[in-house]
Amino acid sequence: MSQNDDNNAYWAANVRLILISLVIWALVSFGFGIILRPMLSGIAVGGSDLGFWFAQQGSIIVFLALIFFYAWRMNKLDREHGVDEE
Amino acid sequence: MDQFTLNLLFVGASFALYIGIAVWARAGSTSEFYAAGRGVHPVTNGMATAADWMSAASFISMAGLIAFTGYDNSSFLMGWTGGYVLLALLLAPYLRKFGKFTVSEFIGDRFYSKTARLVAVICLLVASITYVIGQMQGVGIAFGRFLEIDATLGLLIGACVVFAYAVFGGMKGVTYTQVAQYCVLIMAYTIPAIFISLQLTGNPIPALGLFGDHVASGEPLLAKLDQIVTDLGFAEYTAAHGSTINMVLFTLSLMIGTAGLPHVIMRFFTVPRVSDARWSAGWSLVFIALLYLTAPAVGAMARLNISELMWPNGTGGEAVSVEQIETAPEYAWMATWQQTGLLGWEDKNGDGKIQYYNDANADMQAKAEAAGWEGNELTNFNRDILVLANPEIASLPGWVIGLVAAGGLAAALSTAAGLLLAISSAVSHDLLKGQLTPNMSEKSELLAARISMAAAIVVAVILGLNPPGFAAQTVALAFGLAAASIFPALMMGIFSTRINNTGAVTGMLAGLVVTLVYIFLHKGWFFIPDTNSFTDANPLLGPVKSTSFGAIGALVNFIVAYVVSGMTKDTPQEIKDLVQSVRVPRGAGAAVEGH
Repeated sequence: MSQNDDNNAYWAANVRLILISLVIWALVSFGFGIILRPMLSGIAVGGSDLGFWFAQQGSIIVFLALIFFYAWRMNKLDREHGVDEE
Repeated sequence: MDQFTLNLLFVGASFALYIGIAVWARAGSTSEFYAAGRGVHPVTNGMATAADWMSAASFISMAGLIAFTGYDNSSFLMGWTGGYVLLALLLAPYLRKFGKFTVSEFIGDRFYSKTARLVAVICLLVASITYVIGQMQGVGIAFGRFLEIDATLGLLIGACVVFAYAVFGGMKGVTYTQVAQYCVLIMAYTIPAIFISLQLTGNPIPALGLFGDHVASGEPLLAKLDQIVTDLGFAEYTAAHGSTINMVLFTLSLMIGTAGLPHVIMRFFTVPRVSDARWSAGWSLVFIALLYLTAPAVGAMARLNISELMWPNGTGGEAVSVEQIETAPEYAWMATWQQTGLLGWEDKNGDGKIQYYNDANADMQAKAEAAGWEGNELTNFNRDILVLANPEIASLPGWVIGLVAAGGLAAALSTAAGLLLAISSAVSHDLLKGQLTPNMSEKSELLAARISMAAAIVVAVILGLNPPGFAAQTVALAFGLAAASIFPALMMGIFSTRINNTGAVTGMLAGLVVTLVYIFLHKGWFFIPDTNSFTDANPLLGPVKSTSFGAIGALVNFIVAYVVSGMTKDTPQEIKDLVQSVRVPRGAGAAVEGH
């Protein structure tokens, strides 16, 4: 039963990590890039504003960081819960 | 050496390279042919995935759509990269743990139902065929320019080449060929961009040049561009014009669709370990981002160059003369592109000059009347030619133009061939062998695969002659369909133990049908022109264009599956166990062929 409990704890930790990552994912693209762009219009970035930068470049860079962070964190989590591949 | 010979040389050399690598790699590992991805380092696999993924839509079409619309088309940039986050977090590691080769096999097993597998195959076919139409458009344009013929004839020649290429098959299966294709296409995309960025901003990195200063005027590049396009009556480049709701839904549809496209997901089934599936998604995005971070710079800089070519004396001065276009070397690209039928101009007021401006703008109409202009005289500029014409527009050396031709063909052919293989394996393996005639011999399975491939090409060519939009827009429709049908079923299959066979089947069907109907209502039934009841300028549901409906279709899929599952029998224990085992990496064996 303890292995099952541990698997549940592992899964809960994974889901929590996914949710945090997806909040950031949505914030930079749908948030800064689209919906919140008018609020960021005061911050000038090279001939346009921060929202434009997030829509055309910034979000892509954050996506990359997110995937690598998740992969690194999950591989650590796998080992902590003893569910990594031998 | 003239440009035509140079193009021929570059395209020929790149094809020789792919064939050479295919032959060399094949000799070493015939038995591991289908499992080429296994035992390959995640970085290499990422590069191959990037080549598979970046198609005519990314390479040929996307920068052109951004160039002529500006900020509003940022959805393509965010959508086609953000999907990899969903893929890496929600699907790839679990599907790798499941350990089968096709998406429909997972759906069939998880929802313990042959019907579910059949519905998944149908969804896959509808999305893939729509996708191939977009690819064929790109192939037609690339061949049309490269052989200096009409784009329609280019499409027919391209179809024959794609067919031969897909049937030859080996090229697709060998990861190293795709690595070579990636190298060719990324060089072809970035080298001209670096040249142009240096010319305009002095910065060798296009992504930084975009936010840098325009050397000639000393102003920021984007501010200069905004000023020029508004002078000509066009919408400001960096400002938002469309509906925010539509932009959010469109971006979301492209993201979910990316994570629901079978030929992308399949790449992650064959990496050695679950942890590699996570890394591999990251590496794929690194290589994709190299192009996607360059694309907005390519678009903005090309728009600036075109505007300045049309108004060589500034927007307040005289327009370019017909004589200049016909004789000056920096305008030679206009004559070559005119042959494809994708670029056109007409001296409507007979003043010997070609005025390029937005004749739908009221202020410009007043100005035009005063100046004696009779409408925009750059009458046709197909968005899809922009990337291919870009080096010529910037007067770059001939070898760069040849390289871009080779890169465009690499992008279009690799993806078109990959999709055709996915379609043929869905028909022969999942549909015929898995459902209708399980006792089929290997030989007739192969024959069925070839026939379905040929049929898919014929359908794609017929529909590609009257495409529902520019290449990237057609492809966006395919993403909507994948988003509404496949992605929700996969996600619920992993993250819920409660969704049962009936729920999944009704959910997928509801998502697919509602999205397909919405697209057909706007783009014509089966994309046949003039059978549509609405247009994307004035859509059925408020601001929601047909390309953005995929996200709503996905929501319908989730809701229907959840409600129907709640009203019907719970999933059996062995399915709950299957879901639990998919969730933990331990015990993942090598992927196996299943039926």
